[in-house]
Amino acid sequence: MPGRQLLMTFPVTATSHSLADYRARGGYQTLERVLKTLKPEDVTKEVSAAGLLGHGGAAFPTGRKWGVIKLDDGIPHHLCANADEGEPGTFKDRWILEHNPHLLVEAMAMTSYAIGARHNFVYIRGEFDLPWRRIQGAVDEAYEAGYLGSNILGTSHGCDIVVYRGAGSYVCGEASGLLTSIEGKKGYPRNRPPRLTVKGLYQRPTDVNNVETLANVGVVMTIGAEAFRKIGTAKSPGTQLVSISGHIAKPGVYEVEFGYPLKTFLYEDCGGMIGGKALKALIPGGISTKVLTAPEIEPLTYDHASFDKAGSSLGSGGMIAIAEGTCMVRLLQVMIRFYHHESCGQCTPCREGMGWMHRVVDRIVAGQGVPEDIDRLYAISEANDGTTICGMGDAAGYATIGILNKFRDEFEYYIANKRSRCNGVLEVGNA
Amino acid sequence: MKHLIPEFEKWKLRFPPGKESSLVLPCLRRIQEDRGFVADEDVAGLTEYLGVPRIQIEEVLSYYTQYRRAPIGRWHLQTCRNVSCSMRGAERLIDHLQKKLGIGIGETTADGRFTISTVECLGSCGTAPVVMVNDAYHENMSAEKLDALMEGLK
Repeated sequence: MPGRQLLMTFPVTATSHSLADYRARGGYQTLERVLKTLKPEDVTKEVSAAGLLGHGGAAFPTGRKWGVIKLDDGIPHHLCANADEGEPGTFKDRWILEHNPHLLVEAMAMTSYAIGARHNFVYIRGEFDLPWRRIQGAVDEAYEAGYLGSNILGTSHGCDIVVYRGAGSYVCGEASGLLTSIEGKKGYPRNRPPRLTVKGLYQRPTDVNNVETLANVGVVMTIGAEAFRKIGTAKSPGTQLVSISGHIAKPGVYEVEFGYPLKTFLYEDCGGMIGGKALKALIPGGISTKVLTAPEIEPLTYDHASFDKAGSSLGSGGMIAIAEGTCMVRLLQVMIRFYHHESCGQCTPCREGMGWMHRVVDRIVAGQGVPEDIDRLYAISEANDGTTICGMGDAAGYATIGILNKFRDEFEYYIANKRSRCNGVLEVGNA
Repeated sequence: MKHLIPEFEKWKLRFPPGKESSLVLPCLRRIQEDRGFVADEDVAGLTEYLGVPRIQIEEVLSYYTQYRRAPIGRWHLQTCRNVSCSMRGAERLIDHLQKKLGIGIGETTADGRFTISTVECLGSCGTAPVVMVNDAYHENMSAEKLDALMEGLK
């Protein structure tokens, strides 16, 4: 096990997602204590004191986000759990939705109390079938048992949860695009300011939190901020659900305590690369985070400060291990094709830039690239940066620059020789 | 879609009052489940029922990848082509499907049995490659497993 655990603390069985099993693990006792003995602001204080950071990618302090919402402003507030897991390489929230959905429901009931929100949502991507059935089932069970609805557990607090299914759009994982989607429109992100905690869903103060972040709220309120802070590092308290895939021997979801040595995780917990191959590169937290080379990962520990220092970030915890022998030009092609496909089209630099980059990379792969193409990819990435409403255009640029900076020679070779130095291979090791 | 209205009425109760616009996505999904695609008369019916502009519904239909305006095959095989699936053999699966069925991506077999598509990340990277068959994920797929699976899809 990569360190101490807060979420993966019970054996997964055929019934471990059910209300009966959740209650047997002590479930919903914290909700009762919170609603009957604490004031809403006490919940926010506890979460702030725990130092809980967002687990969706931006690592924003959760308590500080909630603190923006004024409890006495006289207008309705909303809470939305972001279950639109779609950053390539990321499949961690699925674990919570499939195996511990009641933890999310209980945490949402407490969070809605903290921010004064009656009508709340779980926005789940439309392709998720089992995760949707599990979270919808948990919500139904919770209504039946009196943990949702009006006057929860005999208190004055009321909380409704609608499980809202997306319909196929990467951009709806961005918080403002997600809210526009819940309003029943195409999922265009919105300019900030105003922040969503000021004007969000239906132009009302809205808190959007990642599923894992909310699950951790449940943990914090159960064990207390002090105990929570004892796990992880001073600046990154707690754990991260890391989903690892690609050329790794044992892919899957692992709960990693912040501060855990990265190499130990990769080579001992995950069994190293398939077929005993050497590691060429690691995408640390979804494809929008900058790629790291094998020498760069040597000194790293799994926490925000360590990865920031290496010029990348933990992102969404979606790691992709890339083995020696993989063609980085073709890999970038797959990534850019994705960004082009998912650009919502609202902002010109992203809409045009993604298509342009896609055509340039396709041209290189077809053996028709010219030496200036490398600088062109840099130029488009840099021109995009900071010019779009949401971060997708920026992210595509960071991913591109990350690969070009570290594997430029492969692109030069491909253009000069009209073929891949690695034979265009993406699938390595299990042949 | 008119026969689905009693169901939609129940959904309304859990939404904030006066926010019928939010029902556009769920209603369209239900209509598509019912008919197999969203027809012009559904768009007209939903426009009237929810009292939203028709353009909003048309925009939603064209923006999100899961909605269809025309029927497809009985079995929709959607293969993920993103990074982790490509690293675990998705490209070979996509080639295999096209050769086996003699159709291209986005096409339907003449007997109306299969439609094949490629999709971007389905969030199933640790069990790549993944093929979505109608609503269900089939993980750790190979050409052999896919052949066996398709045998049973009549």
